[in-house]
Amino acid sequence: MEFFLITLLNSLSYGLLLFMLSSGLTLIFSMMGVLNFAHASFYMLGAYFAYQTGMVFGFWPALFLAPILVGVIGAITERYGLRKVHKFGHVAELLFTFGLAYVIEEVVHLIWGRAPVDYRIPESLNFTLFTLFNTQYPAYRAFMMLVSVGMLVSLYLVLTKTRIGLIVQASLTHPEMVQALGHNVPRVFMLVFAGGCALAGLAGVLGGNLFITEPGMAFSVGSIVFVVVVVGGMGSLVGAFIASLLIGSIQTFSVGFDLSFIDLMAGLGVIIDSNSSWYAGLSITISQTAPVLPYLLMVLMLIVRPRGLMGTRET
Amino acid sequence: MTEIMLRVSDLNAYYGKSHVLQGVDLHIRSGEIVSLLGRNGVGRSTTVKAIMGQVEHTGEINFQNQSLSGLQSHEIARKGLGYVPENRDIFPTLTVRQNLLLGLKSDQKESRWSEEDMYDLFPRLKERLHAPAGVLSGGEQQMLTLCRTLMGNPELVMIDEPTEGLAPKIVEQMATLFEEISKRGVSILLVEQKLTIALRISQRLYVMGHGQIVFEGSPSELQADESIRKEWLEV
Repeated sequence: MEFFLITLLNSLSYGLLLFMLSSGLTLIFSMMGVLNFAHASFYMLGAYFAYQTGMVFGFWPALFLAPILVGVIGAITERYGLRKVHKFGHVAELLFTFGLAYVIEEVVHLIWGRAPVDYRIPESLNFTLFTLFNTQYPAYRAFMMLVSVGMLVSLYLVLTKTRIGLIVQASLTHPEMVQALGHNVPRVFMLVFAGGCALAGLAGVLGGNLFITEPGMAFSVGSIVFVVVVVGGMGSLVGAFIASLLIGSIQTFSVGFDLSFIDLMAGLGVIIDSNSSWYAGLSITISQTAPVLPYLLMVLMLIVRPRGLMGTRET
Repeated sequence: MTEIMLRVSDLNAYYGKSHVLQGVDLHIRSGEIVSLLGRNGVGRSTTVKAIMGQVEHTGEINFQNQSLSGLQSHEIARKGLGYVPENRDIFPTLTVRQNLLLGLKSDQKESRWSEEDMYDLFPRLKERLHAPAGVLSGGEQQMLTLCRTLMGNPELVMIDEPTEGLAPKIVEQMATLFEEISKRGVSILLVEQKLTIALRISQRLYVMGHGQIVFEGSPSELQADESIRKEWLEV
């Protein structure tokens, strides 16, 4: 029970963080039809910017400054990069974002070096919020959840209740028509791209100190975010939300299980002889398979339901 | 004669290597209803899309004494050109009212059309105000698309195949509405395949064939010219 509750809370906070990343990616994908390979690099920039501005102004101003900075870089990327590349087609756009991911990584190497930086959880949030049975639950994780839920609610309100949100929604499916009605769709694209990057940046601010802030963080998180978007369905926010929580839980729960497949099968009444040729393969524990499970889920999803849980696009 | 509102001269456009518009010339005067007729694939829709800035083209397009060359589609819309595309393009997940309100431009000050006007013209829309637009029937969607464009207060509205696939009764309603729009001083460029309503409500008609204008004249002139109708219109 204790394991279950704590792991559930951790799954939730991790899943919400994944959604902060995947929501921006999926919005950008729906609108422009291009998968932004550099999306996780903006997440990394968020973490480094928070570390840097945090040293000067402290954590709280950094929480706002870093995502804004990342958003501005996102806007510039769209306006002077992607928009120019757009007329050469989706492959060119894809390659552009792919290259950008490497450029950002090298820039991070140059400025902050190859070793992890000392970006820490702020003192004001570094305490135990409550103790559940024997496990202490850190306040920072609760704070992360709070910010994520706040962001989720604001994103929902902006998209459904404001005029710009309606323009964004309409542009997701009919950009030409929206533009023919006199709305500046290229500018809306830029705003969505910037907004998506700012969300990724915010995720970086929150995740960077909980996990680790180092130049490899973009690639390790990036692949998981792609799994989320594929499983959830390309271009579906609801799908991305469900998939984020699903992948978050799968990863968090499986890490906690120290049972091997042999134990599992014994539980089901199947005893595997230690001389069996299957023994070595089945003796690995579930926690050992944790890193591969999301990818396995993605492959299964692509075989069974290629458009994902809630996806509308075939590509 | 009233002044010329839209003048298109020597309009050329290509889809890949195929030369789809081969020097189209046409004009529309203030308050006029003009029809652009022709069979499928002769370039009528492409002409309208080129005017709207959605298709790359060469040639000169002048609207209210301003050149539209090099402008983006939203800038052209803001000059006072409205476009109702053939495939209707409603925003299916948004409600009927949200669709209508997106017809308003961001800093629009005045309009000869109010939201209430739209409901007077099409009471069906008022009944379905909060329904997602995607569940409307084809005819209702067509009305919604037209009303949405009118909300933006265009001086000239280009309507592509509005009656396609609609029941005769709704086609009649459409014709009445076009005359009402025209009464309020809005010019109409109507792209049609069928002669029925075009002959009745237009002041002038153009017939297109193979990317060129092959006939220009009044409804009675077109009715008199059997060879044009045989060669370019009848199936």
